[in-house]
Amino acid sequence: MELHERSIAQLSAGLRSGEVSSTELTKHMLQRIRMHDAALNSFITVTEELALTQAKAADARIADGTAGALTGIPIAHKDIFCTRDVRTSCGSRMLKDFVSPYDATVVENLQRAGVVMLGKTNMDEFAMGSSNETSHFGPVRNPWDRETVPGGSSGGSAAAVAARLCIAATGTDTGGSIRQPAALTGITGLKPTYGRCSRWGMIAFASSLDQAGPMTRSAEDAALMLTGMAGFDERDSTSAQRPVDDYVAALGQDIRGVRIGIVREFMGEGLDAGVGASIQVAIDELKRLGAEIVEVSLPNAGLSVPAYYVVAPAECSSNLARFDGVRYGHRCAAPKDLEDLYKRSRSEGFGPEVKRRIMIGTYALSAGYYDAYYLKAQKIRQLIADDFRKAFAECDVIVGPTAPSTAFRIGEKADDPVSMYLSDIYTIAVNLAGLPGMSIPVQPSAGMPVGLQLIGGLFDEARLLNVAHQLQLATDWHRQAPAGF
Amino acid sequence: MQWETVIGLEIHTQLATQSKIFSGSSTAFGAEPNTQASLIDLAMPGVLPVLNKEVVRMAVRFGKAIDAEVAQRSVFARKNYFYPDLPKGYQISQYELPVVGKGMVEITLEDGSSKRVGVTRAHLEEDAGKSLHEDFHGMTGIDLNRAGTPLLEIVSEPDMRSAKEAVAYAKKIHQIVTFIGICDGNMQEGSFRVDANVSIRPKGQAELGTRAELKNINSFRFLEKAINFEITRQIDVIEDGGKVVQETRLYDANKDETRSMRSKEEANDYRYFPDPDLLPLEIDEAFINEVVATMPELPDARRARFESQYGLSAFDADQLTGSRAQADYFEAAAQVGGDAKLTANWVMGDLAAALNRDATDFAHSPVTAVALGQLVARIKDDTISGKIAKDVFAAMWAGEGGADEVIEAKGLKQITDTGAIEALVDAVLAANPEQVENYRNADADKQPKMLGFFVGQIMKQSQGKANPQQVNALLREKLG
Repeated sequence: MELHERSIAQLSAGLRSGEVSSTELTKHMLQRIRMHDAALNSFITVTEELALTQAKAADARIADGTAGALTGIPIAHKDIFCTRDVRTSCGSRMLKDFVSPYDATVVENLQRAGVVMLGKTNMDEFAMGSSNETSHFGPVRNPWDRETVPGGSSGGSAAAVAARLCIAATGTDTGGSIRQPAALTGITGLKPTYGRCSRWGMIAFASSLDQAGPMTRSAEDAALMLTGMAGFDERDSTSAQRPVDDYVAALGQDIRGVRIGIVREFMGEGLDAGVGASIQVAIDELKRLGAEIVEVSLPNAGLSVPAYYVVAPAECSSNLARFDGVRYGHRCAAPKDLEDLYKRSRSEGFGPEVKRRIMIGTYALSAGYYDAYYLKAQKIRQLIADDFRKAFAECDVIVGPTAPSTAFRIGEKADDPVSMYLSDIYTIAVNLAGLPGMSIPVQPSAGMPVGLQLIGGLFDEARLLNVAHQLQLATDWHRQAPAGF
Repeated sequence: MQWETVIGLEIHTQLATQSKIFSGSSTAFGAEPNTQASLIDLAMPGVLPVLNKEVVRMAVRFGKAIDAEVAQRSVFARKNYFYPDLPKGYQISQYELPVVGKGMVEITLEDGSSKRVGVTRAHLEEDAGKSLHEDFHGMTGIDLNRAGTPLLEIVSEPDMRSAKEAVAYAKKIHQIVTFIGICDGNMQEGSFRVDANVSIRPKGQAELGTRAELKNINSFRFLEKAINFEITRQIDVIEDGGKVVQETRLYDANKDETRSMRSKEEANDYRYFPDPDLLPLEIDEAFINEVVATMPELPDARRARFESQYGLSAFDADQLTGSRAQADYFEAAAQVGGDAKLTANWVMGDLAAALNRDATDFAHSPVTAVALGQLVARIKDDTISGKIAKDVFAAMWAGEGGADEVIEAKGLKQITDTGAIEALVDAVLAANPEQVENYRNADADKQPKMLGFFVGQIMKQSQGKANPQQVNALLREKLG
């Protein structure tokens, strides 16, 4: 098996046995990026020199026996994570030349585990988008069909993992930004429980929803990556002060008797028939493996998209106020006065989708509208969390489609924001409730990947990963690769 | 028409923590611009605030000091507006749920009566940086050293009816925050900033008039002047048939007037919402109990103790507890001096005058409390007279050393040797036979006054060093 096709566990074994060095592996992956990324545009920055330095350090750790499971594994970071001395653009013109003076906690944690960073991946501007078309650095193409989108906002990470340009990648998920692109590109993506991974150094979109997670080719790889990323961080007041479970150890469990909940509301109108059929095949497979299938209901799930498009823009309108042209980032040429500096720096620095959300959020928080929008949205959020609580009284894991359709064509929804927003209809509720959610590839539909979403109770990542892993042991949907890569 | 003034104050007290409210940067005043600004203070992308626990302790201490409810759960909110010295584009403050709820303080009015003034709330927030408009040739410099400094904003009820009452209330709050050690109280450096909401209404009317908010007041004296100016201005406006508009007005101490800064129409919509980066602040009973157990002595309690422990008059005790620095100074000096009353007189008299003259304060006095105590001790043990002590104090103030050093160097030690004093008395009596004669022939009630002449002559001869009690006794004896 070629190096780039192997799992993290296989590569780790190869590195330790001396079969391959991290330097060789890193060079191999850098070569693949050079060869294929022009067609995909999945990287904004490739950090070749730094990668080779880190690979060398990893080789030294492997040699002296202090290596861990991730040491020497070449990965990529979504360009939303601050990386010291490396450009951190967040997919925006605003930060196109911004070099971060510090590392995000997730970056630091993975660095401590010994990973090699190949570069920073493309993304929707400030993580606002579901197709990777809002990036200042141009759209990312889906390796399965280059005329289609890879999903977003972590589209660069998804495409790079799907095309085997990196072994794994980090992503962030505010309303589906890990799971939806994972579904559209046929990879495994996990959004952990809110607070499981530190948000320190992760450029904020909507603080109460943002969460970092791994994007990989299998549940097993995701378990290894999450182990390297997760943990309490005193620099993030919202990070969870509880120990990280042993995700890898939990992978071996039989799923007989596990109660799988199917959400009635997710299997009906709006779901593409081909996607629905693939999801049914996966459910049947889970049943065959001994899981118990039950039907559950999330009566308020239909309110999740409108609630989300109040809460997330409200928070973003405030979070993005710091990009004012004063201290860093884009500053307009020759400002006349302060007002002019603000107006032009922000008008020039932000793209249309970011501006749209800042305006929606500003409106929603305005005096006289706050109660009708923001407060009401927060109440809906509570209702949705309660729905999930009730559902989890009847099941252990909820499964359903990740996205309503397979990858759509580039440009198809670019001028129709509402239709674009609806591509996250199944993922958004999970963020609003703070729960862990995962997408794994199942049987493709018309040659394009389909994602099965698994949703767990708070901090139930280990169980999610195990169910996904058991399904992946019994099937090979996750082993399919796009042609030409 | 008879007008009634209604005043409410908003006081921003800078909390005396070592580090900022949401970052580890130092809060020390006066450092080079932007040397105390961390990634968090600069609002770099991706940074997050973490609440400084000491700030909470101080807020709770204040709450308990004014008998207020301390909220078990309070919430930090974002106040959104753009300004170059506000790096995040929002200020983290508390809005709907402040940490300290309703409380009350008692102030003493000029006629000696007392009045209760309600405190509506006190909430925690971060300070902004500073915009520097000078020295940059048409550009503006930004200094973010102050950005993120913890503030406790104390909001009063509109309970005050005159500038004097407002000053008494502001002084009371100043006294409390300095006594409990949560604020250094320095008004010049902006550690204690008072904004006044002033309105007037016809006497007897229940509803409030339109208020103006006065800012940029950096002393109690200016607070009184600014309010009085504003009262007159509002009365003039209304009596001329105009209307007071709701606005923010800046006080200009040089011109002694207030000027419009911005009206309500120009005011920002701050779009407050709970800060999702910070969890609600939960304060449990145990934490409150711990704060109460370690509460420093409050000003009223200390004043009462000064009366009982040191036998001071109510007036002296009140004066000496005017500030924590003064009370601390007094107690330290009295301990060394061994005579509380005498120490009190020195602290309130010569020392206070010298501090005032040189525009400094108790905390920065060139004569330390211990040094003053040593001076008092020398008066008490008759080494020097009270009069000579004034000269010694002046020398100490000028940096010429401690009391003993100055007395020694200048040879100011009092003459208490009876033989030496008797020789001085005899010489003076011999040199002034006429006055001696007059004295002896005078009526008994005129004699004490005439005695002063001889005392003066003797003190002059001795360069003030002769013990006055001994001189008096000997003179009376010899003049018979």
